[in-house]
Amino acid sequence: MEENYKASPLKLYSYWMSSCSFRVRLALNLKGLDYEYIPLVEGQQYTPEFMKLNPISYVPVLVDGELVIADSLAIILYLNEKYPHQHPLLPTDLHKKAINYQAASIVHSSIQPHQNQARYIEKEFGPDQKLPWLRYHIGKGFAALEKLLKDYAGRYATGDEVHLADIFLAPQLYAATKRFNIDMDQFPLLSRLDEAYSQLPAFQVAIPEKQPDAPSSRTS
Amino acid sequence: MGEPQSNCPLKLYSYWRSSCSCRVRIALNLKGLDYEYIPINVVKGEQFSPEFRKLNPIGYVPALVDGDVVISDSFAILLYLDEKYPQRPLLPTDIRKKAINYQAANIVSSSIQPLQNMTILKYIEEKVSPDEKLPWVQCHIGKGFESLEKLLQDYAGRYATGDDVFLADLFLAPQIFTAKGFNVDMNQFPLLSRLDEAYSQLPAFHDAMPEKQPDAPSSSTS
Repeated sequence: MEENYKASPLKLYSYWMSSCSFRVRLALNLKGLDYEYIPLVEGQQYTPEFMKLNPISYVPVLVDGELVIADSLAIILYLNEKYPHQHPLLPTDLHKKAINYQAASIVHSSIQPHQNQARYIEKEFGPDQKLPWLRYHIGKGFAALEKLLKDYAGRYATGDEVHLADIFLAPQLYAATKRFNIDMDQFPLLSRLDEAYSQLPAFQVAIPEKQPDAPSSRTS
Repeated sequence: MGEPQSNCPLKLYSYWRSSCSCRVRIALNLKGLDYEYIPINVVKGEQFSPEFRKLNPIGYVPALVDGDVVISDSFAILLYLDEKYPQRPLLPTDIRKKAINYQAANIVSSSIQPLQNMTILKYIEEKVSPDEKLPWVQCHIGKGFESLEKLLQDYAGRYATGDDVFLADLFLAPQIFTAKGFNVDMNQFPLLSRLDEAYSQLPAFHDAMPEKQPDAPSSSTS
């Protein structure tokens, strides 16, 4: 998949550690879609070429022929509509579908943007401010997800199939546990889901350390 | 529309000034859906009540109740409404244009709005000074608006992605309103300024704006 550099219609601009890129890698893997992995080097996101692809200069960016889409949720919903038969990423039940959107949004709008600010917080307010900031925002989001999903979870977040909520949760849980050492004891449901995701081949191949641009000698 | 009607199946928990609530109010108006407006005063902390937390565990407005179904988060609510009440669709049928709508909506909902909410501003105020709030907000709104200007220049017509109002417009209109409240200089953003003017002509948008809501202070300006 990401090692297949033959010409293929799908190209993904990605960064190994980016949890937003991780979501899209997971979706592509679940759908069994080949893609060319184009790694972004630090700083490259501000080049005119890349800003033409994504004016806000974030990864991931998907190129599908002439179409360029950025933002992980936009990309994933596009992929789900364009390739609907392989592993649908949303349930058909409307209420469950809405819960998937809601859970994805908690990650997408209430956790990850604040997590992204951690470097700024460290720079402006000192290294001792970074961890409290992360713990607060991740903890708040995780507490909400525990409550939201308790009436819906099965083997995965909203039942026994992997859906959109899982695609957003899995990378967020990975970052929380592997990068930020968040104490997961308060989040038994999310801990169980984290374990379930780690068993999925689509997830195992999408993790940061397995990406072509991951530094081979670093631990997470 | 946003009137107290306790036998209305649709109930919207909303705060007059919340841009996320405004997005949903616009959608309900566009679709011609009656709903009961239930105000939650976030300045007074009403979003932290156990009753509201049961509806939305993260404690944000808006929350929508539709009979037995409870959904929070404006994006989730909008896509739910669009599927359940398909009159006046909120998304184009063309898959590419649909994707651009999602992308524009998410620039607002992930790259701008979370960085201007009350929690963050309070943090900045406490850790630095009240004088730092405005530069922080203006910086993040500016960055987001710059990218929206570039993204939409190849797609915009009368509205953000063509000549019909779609999802992107529902996110843009309240965000532009908020930006003006933070004294963002909209002259730098000619496309967004033009869209703002177009939105002001539409009753569905006009009626959804903060000062028109039942919980807006009658004597305050926006």
